[in-house]
Order: sequence, then structure tokens, then C-alpha cells
Amino acid sequence: MNPAQAAAAPDYQWLTFTVFAVIIAITMWVTYLAAKRVRSAADFYTAGGGISGFQNGWAIAGDYLSAASFLGIAGLISLYGYDGFMYSVGFLAAYITVLLLIAEPCRNIGRYTLADILAYRNDPRRTRVFGALSTITVSTFYLTAQMVGGGVLVKTLIGINYETSVICVGILMLAYVIFGGMVATTWVQIIKAVLLVCASIVMVALVWSPYGFSLPAFLKVVVGDPNVQARVATLLGDPAKNMTAAELGQRFLEPGLYFKAPIDQISLGMGLVFGTAGLPHILMRFFTVRTAQQARGSVVWAMAIIGGFYVLTLFLGFGAAHSVGPAAIAAVDAGGNMAAPLLAQYLGGGPASFWGNLMLAFVSAVAFATIVAVVAGLVLASASAMAHDLYVGVVRAGRETTPRAQVTAARVATLIVGAMSIGIGIAAKGQNVAVLVGLAFAVAASANFPCVLLTLYWKRCNTTGIVAGMLIGTITAVGLTLVSPNVTYPLAVKAAAHKVLDAEPAKRSAATAALASEDAAVAAKAKKDLAGLDKAVAKATADIAKWGEERTSFVGLEQPLFSLKNPGIISIPLGFLAVLLGSLLTRDPRAEATWNEVYARQNTGIQVTKAAAH
Amino acid sequence: MATPEAVDWDAIIRDPRFQSLHRRKARFLWGLMAVSVVFYFLLPIGAAYFQDLFKIQVWGVVNVALLFALSEFLVAWVVAFWYARKASRDFDVIAAEIAAQYGARR
Repeated sequence: MNPAQAAAAPDYQWLTFTVFAVIIAITMWVTYLAAKRVRSAADFYTAGGGISGFQNGWAIAGDYLSAASFLGIAGLISLYGYDGFMYSVGFLAAYITVLLLIAEPCRNIGRYTLADILAYRNDPRRTRVFGALSTITVSTFYLTAQMVGGGVLVKTLIGINYETSVICVGILMLAYVIFGGMVATTWVQIIKAVLLVCASIVMVALVWSPYGFSLPAFLKVVVGDPNVQARVATLLGDPAKNMTAAELGQRFLEPGLYFKAPIDQISLGMGLVFGTAGLPHILMRFFTVRTAQQARGSVVWAMAIIGGFYVLTLFLGFGAAHSVGPAAIAAVDAGGNMAAPLLAQYLGGGPASFWGNLMLAFVSAVAFATIVAVVAGLVLASASAMAHDLYVGVVRAGRETTPRAQVTAARVATLIVGAMSIGIGIAAKGQNVAVLVGLAFAVAASANFPCVLLTLYWKRCNTTGIVAGMLIGTITAVGLTLVSPNVTYPLAVKAAAHKVLDAEPAKRSAATAALASEDAAVAAKAKKDLAGLDKAVAKATADIAKWGEERTSFVGLEQPLFSLKNPGIISIPLGFLAVLLGSLLTRDPRAEATWNEVYARQNTGIQVTKAAAH
Repeated sequence: MATPEAVDWDAIIRDPRFQSLHRRKARFLWGLMAVSVVFYFLLPIGAAYFQDLFKIQVWGVVNVALLFALSEFLVAWVVAFWYARKASRDFDVIAAEIAAQYGARR
């Protein structure tokens, strides 16, 4: 099945292009206006500190609600029910940590980057190098996931090929960032967040209104849907045989269809809740406002917007499951990413109607804007680490760098990071990149979060502790992921394939026998089973051929050394431990001497770098 | 931008008003943080280990699991609102007093 044809009807391709063009034109106009205001490094990195708390709240929402959360969570809910919604909760709860512990002190201590916060008390050279490397690592993981996801999405939505899609996303994002810096990035994020929230509200209104906006009435229809019940039966396998249709439907609203290992789920929760507070592109947003009060206000606004949006995902996901059907959603994209766009098409009147295709085009364009806006924020964070921390802070340390040279350095760094992201996006074609978002959160939670938190709140924290925390946190998070079940293990793949092949003859004879049945329904089911069996056999044969004599995963393991998919539960405590031990085992007079200044400043906001008034 | 030496940071730390700000802020923030974290992790823990409780239907087909997940949103918003109000009415006032005395605030 060609996904491009599945999403947008060929007759309405022009409509998709028109809506895309309108949204791109608006963001380009904003970039043009913003470009005139970018004169200094502060303008480029932080929009001169001239963003209000309310605006920044929308921009944080725009930065955070990535395609993974908009399309991904709606998709997970539509395919796995309740478990998908648990992601939504984690993504919002994460902001409590940001609000209470991180946002305001960061505003009062930092200037442009995460490493600024660390370098304030510690040896600036070493902490800048490690802070910058960690920023680039986290952002690159996240960026790769967005680029690959974006490429696939644009390809599915408008039918252009993958490489072209990735290049389009890359060039558009580079245009925003290079010319408009943080000013343009902020406004693109705000526009995108507003469009996303509006589109979601319209869709939820359409999905929910037939049930008089009653939650039980709406969900009753969802659990009563035969497609949903069939999906649950497929997910549960054998145990489903003893369940009634009503029980199967109700099971969709209960936990356990997606998350199988409880500890893994808790580990994921830790990664989400502590990782957000260590994401460089989110921390960077707090430098765009002038005061701690505005930083606080922006998180409160962001929580209202992000939380409101995630409540809507419940209706988008369940609505898509009922209206479009889990099987139809999975047929277009196995991960469920097309659930929201397909729901939009259905709500407008279906694949053959003008309004259906207009809704599809609009939601697709919003999804596209989402990817570009998130990628822009990530590239800006990486470029600032490269230009401000590594070039200005380390390479040219002790020498004066003119404002003009700083902006040039920032633009050159943006170009480098942007070109890299396009290259990585194309190189990673066809890879399963979902794990990379989890990895970005895991590294942020295990390395950045302990370092930032302890540098802000612990007097004895010092350079050795920061370096140790950054190294141990990153290495354990990445290392555990490499030896986890996330990686492909040829032996397991081949064993599963052989199992399919071994079971085939028995299944085939049973189905062939049923094919001759008098009962039309039984015969039809047998025919479907046979087709499914053929597909499974073809895949198993292909898997065996593909892996050949291969016995080990690409890091040389026959089976996972670490049984969890999410490393957080081990790597976060280890990151904290490394900062603690590193700090306690060494003395750093400067770090202790500056403690009073850091602590007094973060609580009073005295002498925050003067923000340019626009 | 004034040079950092212009502000006597040690004096601020010694100031009884700062000491009291520090104590109240620390108690409030870490207390609220602990409560929020515990409440959040009740969801994955409940979903994993208390499935029988989570499956109970309380409002038509709406079960405890769904209501508990929705309550997480409510709690997050209440925490945000409560903290923002407390900070602007209480912490900000003292911080501004200290800032006004020890260093010109921009």
C-alpha cells in the first residue's frame, strides 16, 4: 500500500500544497520582520530578552509539542488505548520540576546557554566544554528523531520522496534561524502552537459534540466499537479468547496494552519528569524573558497550554480509534503517527470530499510547521553551544570578541549544525528513531539535570563533580540503551522467524480446512487468516535471509545485557552520585567562594544581564 | 552592567530577611516538589501493580485509571497556580526589598 495515496487524495494535492504554502509564507514574513532586529549575540540567542512571559509560554509549548507528542501520542492512544495517555501525563508533570526548581534560578544566573549556568561557579573552560558537548549530544539525538520523523511524515502526507522532504525541512528551518535567530524561532513556535491548539480544539469539538460533550457517553461508543474490540483481541492474543466483546472494549481503557514491564514504565516516567528540566532547548527559552517573574509566568502559561493540549489528545486518540479504526491507522503507519491527520480527514467528510481534504491538509501543514519549529529550537540550542560556549568561551577565551563576530560565529555554527542535521536525517533513513527521543530525555535527565540542579542548590558542588556527572550520566544512559532490548538482536529475530515458519504447516492446514466450511463467515475468516499467514511467512523468510549468519547486535551482543528499554532508573541516580562524589572528593575554592553570589543572585535577581528594550 | 564586586553578596546572605526567605522558600519548594513527584509516580505504580483498583468502573465506562490520569492534570495545574500565587505575593516582595537595598535592580 502506498502511504502517499492513502493520506491525501491525488485530486486534492493542490489543496495540500496551497495550505502548506500559506503557512510557510506567514512564517517567512515573520522571519523577514525578525531579521531586521537581530544585531547582537543577545538578539540572536535570546531575542534580546524582549519576550513576555505569556509569549514565552506559547513558545515553550511550541518548542515542546513536537511531532512525536502531537502525532505520536494521538497515535499511541488510537492503537493502545489508555497506556498512550500515560505519556501525556508524564510530559505535563515534567513541568512541575521546571517550574519549582529550574526556571527562575536559571533566568537569574544564565545568559545564553546551559553551560553558562555551570560555568558561573566552576572552571569556565572545562564546564563549558562538557556542557556544550552534552547540549550537542542531547540535541542531536532529539534532532535526528525529528528529522527522520519529519521526512517520513512529509513523504506520507504530500507524496514527495524522503530525501527531498528532509532537505525541505532543513532548508526552511535554516532560513528561520540564520536570518531571524531566536526572534524568528520564537514567533514560528508561537504561530505553530496557536495553530496546533486551534486545530485540536476544532477536531475535538467535532469528535465529541455528537455525544453532548459527555465523557462516559463518548467512551461508551469507543469501547463498543467492533474495530476497537478486534484490536484489543489482536494485542492480547490467546487470553482474549475467553473474553466477551464488551470486556475486550473495556480493556482498551485499562493499562497494560503497551507497557508490559512495570519497572520500565517507572523508568520512563523518571526520564520524562527529570529530563525535561535538562533539555537545553527548553532551558534556553528562559533566557528570552527579562525577569524571574516572567520566567515563572511563562512556565505557568506553558503548563496551561501543554496540559490543555494533552487532555485533548485523549479525544483525538480515542476518536481516531473509533472513527478511523486502529487497523486502518496502523495500515498507513505502523506507529500510528497518521491517526490525527486521518481523523481530520474523516471529520471533514472523508477522503473523497473537499472539506475532508482541507482538514487533512491543514492538520498536515500544522504537523509540518511543528517539525520545523522544533528543529529550529534544537538547532539554535546546538549552535549556541558551539558558537557561544566552545568558540567564544573556550577557543577565544580571554580575548575580546566583537558583537558582530559573535553573531557571525552563531550563524556559521547554525549552518554547520543544520547541514549536519540534514545529512544525519538522510543517513538515518528507514531507522527506528523512536528510541532516540527517549535517549535524549535519558541523557538530559542523567547528565544535565543533576549538574544544573546541584550547581544551583548545593554549596559543595564543583568542577570535578560537574565533569564526572556529565560523563557518567551520558555514558550510562547511552551505554545501557546500546545493550538494551531497543537494539536489534539477530538471534532473537531469527528465532522468532523460525517459530513462525515451524508453526506454519499446522496453521495452514487448519485454515485450508475452514475455507471449505459451509458457514460464510468462517470461510471469510479463513481466507483472511491465510493471507495474513502468507505475509508472516514472507516476512520471516526475509528476516532469516537478511540476518544470515549474523549472531550479534551491532555492539557485539547475542542478547540484551540490560532488560529495560528505558535506562533512567539506573542512569539518573548514577548521574547524581557522580556529581556528589566528584564534588566531595575534591576541593574547589572558587566554586565555594562564589556560592554566596550564586545563591543570593538566583533568589533576588540582582544584576540580571541588562535586556535590550525593543 | 555593573561589576560584580559592586554588590556585597556575603552581606545579603547574612541578612536575616534573606535567611528567612531562604528557609521559607526551601521548605515550600521542596515540600511541593516531593508531593508532586510522589503523586505523579502513583500513576505508573498504580497502573503496574494495582490494576484491579484501576479497572473499577465509576462513571459509566470511565474507570479509576482514567480519572486518576485526569486528576494528574488537575494537580499539576493547582501546584503551578498555588506556587505562582505564593511566589508573587510572598517571595517576590522580600526579594525585591533585598535587591533594592543591596544592588540596583538593572
